[in-house]
Amino acid sequence: MIWNALLLALREIRRNLMRSFLTILGIVIGVSAVITMVTLGNGATRAVSDQISSLGSNLLIIRPGQHLGPGRDSAGSAAFKVADADALRNQVNGLAAVVPVSSKSVTLVAMSRNWSAGVTGTSRDWFSAGKWQIASGRVFNEAEERAGAAVCVIGETVRRELFGGLDPVGRKIRVKQFSCEVIGLLTSKGQSSMGNDQDDLVAMPLRTVQRRLTGSVDVATLMVSVRDDASMDLAKEQITWLMRERRHIGPGDNDDFSVMDTRQIAETLSSTTKVMTGLLGAVAAVSLLVGGIGIMNIMLVSVTERTREIGIRLAIGALEREVLLQFLIEAVALASLGGVVGIILATMASISGAALMHVPYLFNPVINLLSFGFSAAIGVIFGYVPARRAARLDPIEALRHE
Amino acid sequence: MSEPLISLTEVTRRFGTGAAAFQALRGVDLRIDEGDFVAIMGPSGSGKSSLMNILGCLDTPSGGSYRFRGLAVESLSRDQRALLRRHALGFVFQGFNLLARTSAQENVELPLLYRGEPATQRREHARAALASVGLDGWGHHSPAELSGGQQQRVAIARALVTGPSLLLADEPTGNLDTERSREIMNLLTDLNRDKGITVVMVTHEADMAEYAHRVVRLVDGRIASDVRQAERQDGGGRA
Ligand SMILES: Nc1ncnc2c1ncn2[C@@H]1O[C@H](COP(=O)(O)OP(=O)(O)OP(=O)(O)O)[C@@H](O)[C@H]1O
Ligand SMILES: [Mg+2]
Repeated sequence: MIWNALLLALREIRRNLMRSFLTILGIVIGVSAVITMVTLGNGATRAVSDQISSLGSNLLIIRPGQHLGPGRDSAGSAAFKVADADALRNQVNGLAAVVPVSSKSVTLVAMSRNWSAGVTGTSRDWFSAGKWQIASGRVFNEAEERAGAAVCVIGETVRRELFGGLDPVGRKIRVKQFSCEVIGLLTSKGQSSMGNDQDDLVAMPLRTVQRRLTGSVDVATLMVSVRDDASMDLAKEQITWLMRERRHIGPGDNDDFSVMDTRQIAETLSSTTKVMTGLLGAVAAVSLLVGGIGIMNIMLVSVTERTREIGIRLAIGALEREVLLQFLIEAVALASLGGVVGIILATMASISGAALMHVPYLFNPVINLLSFGFSAAIGVIFGYVPARRAARLDPIEALRHE
Repeated sequence: MSEPLISLTEVTRRFGTGAAAFQALRGVDLRIDEGDFVAIMGPSGSGKSSLMNILGCLDTPSGGSYRFRGLAVESLSRDQRALLRRHALGFVFQGFNLLARTSAQENVELPLLYRGEPATQRREHARAALASVGLDGWGHHSPAELSGGQQQRVAIARALVTGPSLLLADEPTGNLDTERSREIMNLLTDLNRDKGITVVMVTHEADMAEYAHRVVRLVDGRIASDVRQAERQDGGGRA
């Protein structure tokens, strides 16, 4: 009986192909939106954590203020100074390097071409801590750092935009009022998971940036790499203790800075992406509901249109529940068809979306099954009212219906 | 036979309520034995279709009692009546009432589908039923591709494919010319004679009523006369 009802339902769907298609459109869009959102969201989350953990597990990032990510509040917390970096280097055991970082966005001019990029002021340890490789030339030395020399190391994108195919080493870039010599070129890292170009950067000695660009002796971030044989937790504890002392924080007061390892940073960023994924998914779920109402609407029309047919079936001896089942199965078949088409569409959209966003495509069987089950359930829920209306028809009245 | 197939006692059927109420049947007593061939005649609006619907268990009396093989139909549930229709009754409607855009074969298979017959058996039975109404090889045609007479024969095939004990036909020749009408009547006569199916048929035409063994005449929802054809040929009759 169920098999027959299914065949019957499929035939009915095929008979009104255009209408069936329009009916399931809501479900198709809902299902594909939900799956695409969740799949891309998962991909982005994974990419963020991959990228951050690629920095290494022995990296600590110290920033003023308590939060990282959107809505961080560093306002009111005093900035770090170079002296803080020196203190950490001298007083905390087990650190491989302490790297102060300050940056500023500027317009670069070379060979009568313009390019905007972020300039990172830092020490030469920054290159090893960030796992950068030198493609040609060299990084700045201690003397250049101390003197605040006008030298810079540039990323692949900056080279392409300013120098085209030429070797940039030894050439000059004009940054604001001063001219700066390119001493090195970094090996390309490509695009990051969030879609930003990691090679679009210029690195200079910290003192150069402080004097000529930011005009202050503040340091925005301290990057600390812990030696492999030293304990991360111990290092973190010592850093926190030392920084509290240097920033004069009383025993009962909260830290006005944060020390995070890469895992924590990854988690913080991922949780943001997860919230976004959840929100977008919820919006998409609403369109599924709308799709369900569309199915109910068309099934009600169908019952009215086929009153005579229902009358014939009842007169021939169909039971109420058999007619109910027939229409219910038709609604479920329609809705499930929408689900299947939605899944196919979502797979295509997710794969190409993942490629565009430079995040991995992660097939998520749970969300696919869940969406399919949900669309079938929508068929049952919204098909029930029209199906019951069909089943309760009076055979004689139905046969008289024109 | 001691127990009649059909036994109606004081059956009434009222439509609507209050001032708008209409009494279509006003106390019908009727007994029909197994194997009989009955024609029901009467002016338009006299309640013929109302009576047929009750006989066919599509409708229930407002008053009185209807026993089918001793079973009180008015006490059955909707689904129980559906099962009775499915297993014991064949109905040929006024107007063919075939499923449009559905082949003759599938139309005839429909009642078997609800009886849960397997597909191969269903196909075989439907083909045999179509052959028995002279539509061998027409199975794949949809109603729109068939003539009125052919459509009516498909409807008859659908009614008898389940091997019912009672075949009800409401004006089976109503839309047909004399030639086609005679074909249908011969078909009903054969079914009645060869397969022992009890036939109750509504007709307007005296010519068609002649095929029946018995003619019941309805006027204003009451039986005005009930005549055995053999008796009628003798010139007698019952009021
Ligand atoms: N569902 C209904 N609601 C209201 N009145 C009805 C209904 N069905 C039948 N009637 C009325 O009952 C009377 C008898 O109807 P019925 O269909 O039984 O007549 P009939 O003898 O079959 O007529 P015809 O020869 O025209 O088919 C008619 O006056 C009709 O208007
Ligand atoms: Mg009638």
